[in-house]
Amino acid sequence: MTDKTSTAPSDGARQARFRVAFAALGMLPALILLAVIFQVINPRFMTETNLLIVLQQSSINIVLAAGMTFVILTGGIDLSVGSILAASAMIAVIVSLMPEIGMLGVPAAILAGLAFGMMNGVLIAYLKLPPFIVTLGSLTAVRGVARLLGNDTTVFNSDLPFAFLGNGTFLGVPWLVIIALLVVVISWFVLRRTVLGTWIYAVGGNAEAARLTGIKVPLVLLFVYGVSGLLAGLGGALSAARLYAANGLQLGQSYELDAIAAVILGGTSFVGGVGSIWGTLIGGLIIAVLSNGLILAGVSDIWQYIIKGLVIIVAVALDRYRLQAGART
Amino acid sequence: MAGAAPVLEMRDISKTFGVVRALRNVSLTVHAGELHALMGENGAGKSTLMKMLSGAYRPDPGGEILIDGQPVTTGDPIKARANGVAVIYQELSLAPNLTVAQNIFLGNEPRRFGVVDVGAMMARARPIIDRLGLTFSPRTRVSQLSLGERQLVEIARALSTDARIIVMDEPTTSLTSRETDRLFEVIAGLKAQGIAIIYISHRMEEVYQLADRVSVLRDGGYVGTLDRDDLDAPRLVSMMVGRDISSFYKKEHQAPGAQRPVALSVRGLSAERLVKDCSLDLHEGEILALSGLIGSGRTELARLIYGADRKTVGTMELGGRPVEIASPGAALEAGIAYLTEDRRELGLFLDMSIADNINMGVMARDARRLGFRDFAVADKRAARAVSDLSIRTSSTRMNVGSLSGGNQQKVLLARLLETKPKVVILDEPTRGVDVGAKSEIYRIIDDLAKDGIAILMISSELPEIIGVADRVLVMRDGEIVGEVSARADRRFTQEEIMELATGASGT
Repeated sequence: MTDKTSTAPSDGARQARFRVAFAALGMLPALILLAVIFQVINPRFMTETNLLIVLQQSSINIVLAAGMTFVILTGGIDLSVGSILAASAMIAVIVSLMPEIGMLGVPAAILAGLAFGMMNGVLIAYLKLPPFIVTLGSLTAVRGVARLLGNDTTVFNSDLPFAFLGNGTFLGVPWLVIIALLVVVISWFVLRRTVLGTWIYAVGGNAEAARLTGIKVPLVLLFVYGVSGLLAGLGGALSAARLYAANGLQLGQSYELDAIAAVILGGTSFVGGVGSIWGTLIGGLIIAVLSNGLILAGVSDIWQYIIKGLVIIVAVALDRYRLQAGART
Repeated sequence: MAGAAPVLEMRDISKTFGVVRALRNVSLTVHAGELHALMGENGAGKSTLMKMLSGAYRPDPGGEILIDGQPVTTGDPIKARANGVAVIYQELSLAPNLTVAQNIFLGNEPRRFGVVDVGAMMARARPIIDRLGLTFSPRTRVSQLSLGERQLVEIARALSTDARIIVMDEPTTSLTSRETDRLFEVIAGLKAQGIAIIYISHRMEEVYQLADRVSVLRDGGYVGTLDRDDLDAPRLVSMMVGRDISSFYKKEHQAPGAQRPVALSVRGLSAERLVKDCSLDLHEGEILALSGLIGSGRTELARLIYGADRKTVGTMELGGRPVEIASPGAALEAGIAYLTEDRRELGLFLDMSIADNINMGVMARDARRLGFRDFAVADKRAARAVSDLSIRTSSTRMNVGSLSGGNQQKVLLARLLETKPKVVILDEPTRGVDVGAKSEIYRIIDDLAKDGIAILMISSELPEIIGVADRVLVMRDGEIVGEVSARADRRFTQEEIMELATGASGT
């Protein structure tokens, strides 16, 4: 009796630890498998140049998806990030054209994104409107603002002072990649190392229990939508830096969907409370690897859409199945 | 009844999952028209045994199930139903958007030309509904029914398949007392019709009231069966927990009486919903129970005091100073803590670790610069709480969802105690908790009172109130209608409380 009770829990603990470790791996095996498949199809896939391209192409989506992770962890959604990115990019280019203070385009874009995000946050947190509705509205409204900013034209700056952010490298690594990784690391610190981060998980896991525990739920919601907006603003600055231009109509169209896909591929639960920023990073990379690999494999544009869509569904289905199986044993 | 052949015999039932023996040679005999209560702590094997009966599991070789003396095929839910076995689970399995009749015949609809024959369905539902004495129409949507009425629809569904053995798993957990009375009437009717009922419950009073015999399981083994006439609480409890609990309700703290200072004073508290002009004084070191029927406004009053809902009028004083509590955060700040009655929906963060759940209320206070968490302090708090409250777990990093009900409740108690409250409101502190954990929770409450903490305890279990509280306030229809105190010569009685709660005494 005594040794039964003493060994049984430690077995349980070991199993639990294994399960946690396995769950933490998440979609990494899928990412590796995809990379191997593309390498077999086209050996040019795993060259240094191509991998850097993949990383670079995924960076802006990863920045948006990091913000989206905060939002989805609380059980919410932010559909407006693509539009906020467009409006912020417009602001970045317009400010960059001002003599002397051109560099301020970047902080201006970030602050504009933050302001849009806070507007979403206030409506959701204090007026208690559903996040889907609020951000669906701002998806349209902010898109209008983006077009208004440039009188519905494309704004250019061939001498963009912060162009290096979009095209330059530091020690051989593109600035875009460095910034995306920094965003992921800082997000991780906030989510896993701060009180606020724990509260985000708590609000997503059980909002009413969080309120009864004394957590200021509206403040947490305001924060996550603010972060999502701020990172969309950063994404806008990066897009502008990459293109030396911004267009309020076309830029960032349906970016929100890629960001959501990255978060979900990363194993973050749509109902909130469960998920990780590392998962989002891997999810973003899977999307980028798919696009790049399918192009290298010579798959037509139309089929790329179909395959990408199916991969997202299958990957998430497998993930759910795996987690369920883990919970049962 | 004793002479008649049993309708059900389960012989030598064992079940092994991997290396775990969930059941060891359990036998159970049930007669027609008998209500056989099955008791035991959580994890004792009651549910596993019933899953053998319903065909969800197959017993290990050597065990057999006989119905009307005939061995039956095991491990086949369809055969089990055909043999007249029906199980009504705690989580009801009705489709809320369908009508009562549709639910009764769900998956078993009368058909004509391959289409559901609505006329025949209504016609066949009618006698079943009459047999149960139900007052609603078979065309009513289930979503419009109360929980108690839904339970009765489940029973109607069982009757539609000609069930002769009905298993009820904690059927009264979410029922009001009126609904419970209604259910008990129906149960009496079923017994009179010769239907055997296996009744799983943690509630002693129910078992006293209903059971013809009681069988007790412990750690997957059969402990014994008591006849109705031999039932007594200490004996049942000691059978369930395997040791003699001389004093189940521990009461070492001294009832403080009026000389101790008032910790919490409430005057004229009202809300838009249910709570009307409630006043009370709660002394340091006192356990004050708030009694009343479900729906009498007890939880609503507690939530007002805690700032979880908005009051319309009323004032509060804490330690003699007026306070304005506008939110749970403000209440915690002021030293009032609240244990919710619904730990899964309103208390726990089921996807988070035990340590995070315990620290949730104080992590902001513990935080280091820039809001970074102090995990060393958090781990220390969690480890101390786990040992102080004897929470049974191998690690504080486990998900709180993996714990049993009693241990989950202790995690919530730990969270609340970490905030160092002066006033603690406990809403049904032992709901859905097994006997062993109950007595541990009583010990914790008693220790708190000894430390001078003022405790306001809501409970629907009168024996618990009588065993634990110093004083009782009774609520009815949102008002505090009376007070019952222990006198020097005797404790208060269930009858005194019930009279006030139901208004039977004419107050």
